[in-house]
Amino acid sequence: MSAGLIVFTVLVAGVTLLGFAAARWGKADLARFDEWALGGRRFGTAVAWFLLGGDLYTAYTFIAVPALVYGVGALGFFAVPYATIAYPIVFVVLARFWSVAKRRGYLTAADFVADRFGSRSLEIAIALTGILGALPYIALQLVGMRTVLEYVGGGAIAASSTAALAVAFIVLAAYTYTSGLRAPALIAFVKDTLIYIAVIAAITVIPARLGGWGAVFDRAASVLAARPHPGSILLPRGLMVAYATMAFGSSLSLFLYPHSITSLLSAKSEAVIRRNAALLPAYSLLLGLIALLGFCGIAAGIVVKDSNAVVPRLFATFFPDWFAGVADAAIAIGALVPAAIMAIGAANLFASNVFSRYSPQRISSAARPAKGIALAVCAFSLAFVLFVKVQYAIYFQLLGGAWMLQVFPAVALGLYTRWFHPRALLLGWLVGMIAATAMAIQTGFTPNYPLHLFHTTLLGFIALYALALNLIVAAITSPLLRSLRIPAGADGTIAADAA
Amino acid sequence: MGKRAWYLLLFAPFVGTLWPPLYDRIEPRLWGIPFFYWYQLSWVILTSALLGIAYLAHRERAS
Repeated sequence: MSAGLIVFTVLVAGVTLLGFAAARWGKADLARFDEWALGGRRFGTAVAWFLLGGDLYTAYTFIAVPALVYGVGALGFFAVPYATIAYPIVFVVLARFWSVAKRRGYLTAADFVADRFGSRSLEIAIALTGILGALPYIALQLVGMRTVLEYVGGGAIAASSTAALAVAFIVLAAYTYTSGLRAPALIAFVKDTLIYIAVIAAITVIPARLGGWGAVFDRAASVLAARPHPGSILLPRGLMVAYATMAFGSSLSLFLYPHSITSLLSAKSEAVIRRNAALLPAYSLLLGLIALLGFCGIAAGIVVKDSNAVVPRLFATFFPDWFAGVADAAIAIGALVPAAIMAIGAANLFASNVFSRYSPQRISSAARPAKGIALAVCAFSLAFVLFVKVQYAIYFQLLGGAWMLQVFPAVALGLYTRWFHPRALLLGWLVGMIAATAMAIQTGFTPNYPLHLFHTTLLGFIALYALALNLIVAAITSPLLRSLRIPAGADGTIAADAA
Repeated sequence: MGKRAWYLLLFAPFVGTLWPPLYDRIEPRLWGIPFFYWYQLSWVILTSALLGIAYLAHRERAS
């Protein structure tokens, strides 16, 4: 057994124990829904920082962003402006969402929509969108984890990587069931610490060994230009709209995902959210540095069949075996944390908005149904990864992202105005969902669509184009529905909450 | 500053990062890193600072 594999196994087994031990963290009755699902809304600034960081910057992110940079160059860097402008949005919009959620006992975004617009059908639409966004995201965490399992210890367990993946995930489902959100919150401390160590080491060692950043970029530029599908270290003119719309659209949808909402609502005060908006960009800096590793991969002459393997290969090439084991463990644990939170987030939506409906008295109800659903969500995702081609998971995730943004008018704008009629929001949502799906199919599941507008073609982010359509439909039909005197549902939020 | 004036601070990162022609250049480099990359990474740090300021301003107003 290699040193790398031993280090990896010890770290992953260690966090598993933490996951089960988390049930004893703080005095709590884990049979209560909000204790299991939101850690009792008691997390302070530090815990929330690790939890949100561990949740939003997933294993898949740390593998896929450098892989994209390795594959296409500058365009892949859109993740950095995305992860920058997301935080002013958190500071203003999500802090407001937290305070309404706290007063009215929401566990999900669909709870808010149900309460605010008094519409059962809109509640279900918002909940199903969240579930559709979360499922493929969990599957991709598993894909990221499998990539690591294939490389750890020089490929020592590559042959049984599928079995190892299944074991790791079944254990994850078990401690998610027993400990709820406390498990990923506790494990996130380990995950984030390991990730910071691995990335800082990589960013100091690798470019220096390649002759410095100047040499890395120069070599990457010439290799990218010589490829059959040429890439570039700068954005070509035709990709600027794509770059900006991808960054903007992604930043709007980031906090609509159920796992983001779940982590956010576990904070103990609005101040914790605002402080974290200022502190979480530390992870974005880390993400930016990791993205640059994609260029290091090109400059180091690493050739891979699957570009997701670039980061594990870089660690295997430039570091001793035991340290590569630390980096691999960081990524594998980095998959477990968000996967657990996503399963909890999806389960919350099923249990509180699909199988039952929002009511302000519900929070102290039993966690049992949600716990069972979390297990089912995990089982579904594992089956998806084991039996369906990875490419379909990626397509589904891409679609899920475009769909997720379609709840923006109801969830985010709904925090500020009730001008939109609930049925208009539902219609806009439906049009947005269909348009996003149609554009994705038409482009062969790429994130961008060439929009022909006023004699020019704008290649831009499908999710954002669909949102524009969604908003136009909702804006046109709202006054129409009101003039027809079709009643809008009652607003359950107290006037003071939204004022 | 006025009641909501510091919200305007938070628009700066959007303007600074969402207009690529502003920064789609190699020179000037920083430690060999092209402008495109270090400029956007600087916005991460700057945004964090702006949010820190906004937080302090918000807290003062609240108390």
